[in-house]
Amino acid sequence: MPELKFDKTKCTGCKAVSCLVKCQYMNLDRNKAKKEWQKVINGEDSFVLEACTTCYACEEYCPFGNHPFYLIVERQEEKGILPAPRPIITMWINQCQPVGRFMVGKVEERALSYCFMPQFNTLVKGKLFDGIAWSVIFGQEFFCNAVYLHYARASVIKDRLFKVMDNIKKQGIKELVCLHDECYGTFTSLAPAYGVEVPFKPIHYFQYLNDKLKELKSEIKPLNAKAAYQRNCSARLCPQTDHYVDDIFGLIGVERLKREYDKENGLCCAEVFRMAKGPALADDVQKRNIDDMIKVGAEYCVFNCPACWDSLAEKVVKAGIKPIHMIDLCKLAIGEEQTLKLPELALEV
Amino acid sequence: MADIYEALVKIVGKDYISNQKEERYFYARDGGLMPPHEPDYVVMPKTTEEVQQIVNMANKEKVPLVPKGAGLALTGLVIPQKSGILLDMKRMDKILEVNEKARYVVVEGGTTHGALKSYLQKHHPDLRHSIPDSPPIATVVANAVIHGQGRLSQQHGFNSDMVSGLEVVLPTGEICRIGSCSVSSYWFSKGPPLPDLSGLFLGWFGTTGIITKLGLKLYPCKKMRDVMLFLTDRAELVPDIMLRLSHTEMMEDITISAQPMPLRFKGTFWIMAYITGDSEEELEFKRKMTWDALWGCFERRDGGFISLSPDMKAPLMSMPSKDVTKFADVAKGGGFQYAGPITPIEKFPAFIKKLDEVAAKYNVFYASTTRLIDAGHCMMFSFSFSFNRANPDEMARAKKALDEASRFALEEGGVLWKADLDEQKLLMERMDPNTLNLMKKIKQLLDPNGIMNPGNWEVK
Repeated sequence: MPELKFDKTKCTGCKAVSCLVKCQYMNLDRNKAKKEWQKVINGEDSFVLEACTTCYACEEYCPFGNHPFYLIVERQEEKGILPAPRPIITMWINQCQPVGRFMVGKVEERALSYCFMPQFNTLVKGKLFDGIAWSVIFGQEFFCNAVYLHYARASVIKDRLFKVMDNIKKQGIKELVCLHDECYGTFTSLAPAYGVEVPFKPIHYFQYLNDKLKELKSEIKPLNAKAAYQRNCSARLCPQTDHYVDDIFGLIGVERLKREYDKENGLCCAEVFRMAKGPALADDVQKRNIDDMIKVGAEYCVFNCPACWDSLAEKVVKAGIKPIHMIDLCKLAIGEEQTLKLPELALEV
Repeated sequence: MADIYEALVKIVGKDYISNQKEERYFYARDGGLMPPHEPDYVVMPKTTEEVQQIVNMANKEKVPLVPKGAGLALTGLVIPQKSGILLDMKRMDKILEVNEKARYVVVEGGTTHGALKSYLQKHHPDLRHSIPDSPPIATVVANAVIHGQGRLSQQHGFNSDMVSGLEVVLPTGEICRIGSCSVSSYWFSKGPPLPDLSGLFLGWFGTTGIITKLGLKLYPCKKMRDVMLFLTDRAELVPDIMLRLSHTEMMEDITISAQPMPLRFKGTFWIMAYITGDSEEELEFKRKMTWDALWGCFERRDGGFISLSPDMKAPLMSMPSKDVTKFADVAKGGGFQYAGPITPIEKFPAFIKKLDEVAAKYNVFYASTTRLIDAGHCMMFSFSFSFNRANPDEMARAKKALDEASRFALEEGGVLWKADLDEQKLLMERMDPNTLNLMKKIKQLLDPNGIMNPGNWEVK
């Protein structure tokens, strides 16, 4: 089993303790934060381990890249803390278990990773994916497993990660365009944090879209739209990709509205909180987030993650805002249609 | 025999009778495991009067008669064990009356749940009926006759409890009305305040008469529905979870799924709690009450609600559920049967254990759906097995697994639902002798020549 490369001397010299002081869900001053964080480092009991919402944000807050969140997850697992009810953890672990069922397209050296999200089947359409749409991997055999960070199961990630890498490598893939931040974050943050070599080049799909839009520049008709950007939990594992949101918006004529809950202060979709902590926290976070979008006059809510879409799209619609995935937003700019839409729920009685 | 054919032609017309091999083959079987047996004739009557004429003729000639809806019980209840005439009721499909104020509908004997659902949605959107999880071609009458269950059963009991009147052609040919409609033009009650004679026909699998019209209670149709999915990994907690949910008095329906595959189901029980509301506020209040009901279990980390994506939610919300039909073809080759004992809910852990045991013993794929009935008075627990109909060995193993599960259910105090012939024997062997004798007397009184669906509920 690979071990987390955590350097406690970096924390010893840290005055800001941003990992906990900046936490949006724990109200800690620096002194208290320092004490509690030291307990976490020492492997002692700390309320932090129970209170953690697993929003991933402290990974971004740490100026040293010392992986405070991964350490929390390790400590939670060591102490048998259940961030979510046991059956939900069991369900997740079983659901994504590799079973030798390789779901692949006509894979080439450059491929798209659908993670384990069928929504990408709907999203990957049109000119933006000319020349690559068939080169696809999907499902358990290629699933990054980072989701288990929410469930204090770093051991499952470590157990499966080598196999996942190997499966991708065996497809002959040299460059993998990750359509989900969770995969990109795994290959660029989680794997290095555990000293696991990544045998291919991960490319964030924002970068891919940005490059593609430049190729298609003559076909872009600026959307002249105002959008709230919905950051997702795993974006915290790869904050260096955030500038692509601005780059892409700039290319297609979309204004990224300045709002309270964006960038470092972004709020996630909060559905994991509902399962782990109950509805009160989740409802509060979602309400604050959507109220903030309304306040700044958002026409669109632009999603990066399909899971955020599942959690928030319907609620955003009720607030009078149009939900759209980043890929679909780019499609609109080149005259194509939005393909990921809310399904007609079987609400009939 | 030519005389019978000609007599039937005179009653229903030549287009609605057949004694040809194709029809006899088709009507000899259902989707379950009981061996086929061909009828001599298949007829499709259009009116109560045609049914009456057929019954009179059959009673005179002592020819067996088997009324059939869609044949979806899966336990061979409409396989004509002693040949004779099979009455396919599908042409009697009129929706005769909806009384919005008294909240009931009167339908003919072959009306399907799908047709009734569509009709109510179009013409009476404030009313609904209990829809079982069988395909929409299941008939309202057949479902009531087998004491089926569906959406709303948690609140209002078996679908037979929702019957509000009957018109029956007795085996001796009389047309008889049961309930308020016997003394009034209204079909609001199947019995009270009169002696409740509906019990002479409901649960008898067509052995005491042919139901040609049925009154069915309708219920308020709220504008919105939602489903909340609660997972636990401890079977022993499930009865208490069911009771707590039921205690809210807010659940339209409570069902529990258990199956080993796909992998996401493995090791957990999926408890679906359905709620309805006329506004988002009402739904939200009910969601909160549902959370509160199970908060202790959640805090102990023994169970939790899982957030459902729109794609996950849509199939759970569909009525009827399409998942049952999908399960029927898991083994490929389209075979599926289940034993569905009706039992106290405290038996859930024991039944789950037995399901695992028999599935492993006979190497068959299983799934189970449990439905709470009537606020926790009992539940239907299904031991469901799918099999390839082209694989006789697999079918034999499934049958053995079902038989063992049924015997176990009886030993545990359950009562077998829509029992096949073997299960009927098991039930009658255990039945109080005086009760059995009463059944025999009723049957002899109503059907002196024993023409109605012979083989079923035959008291020796």
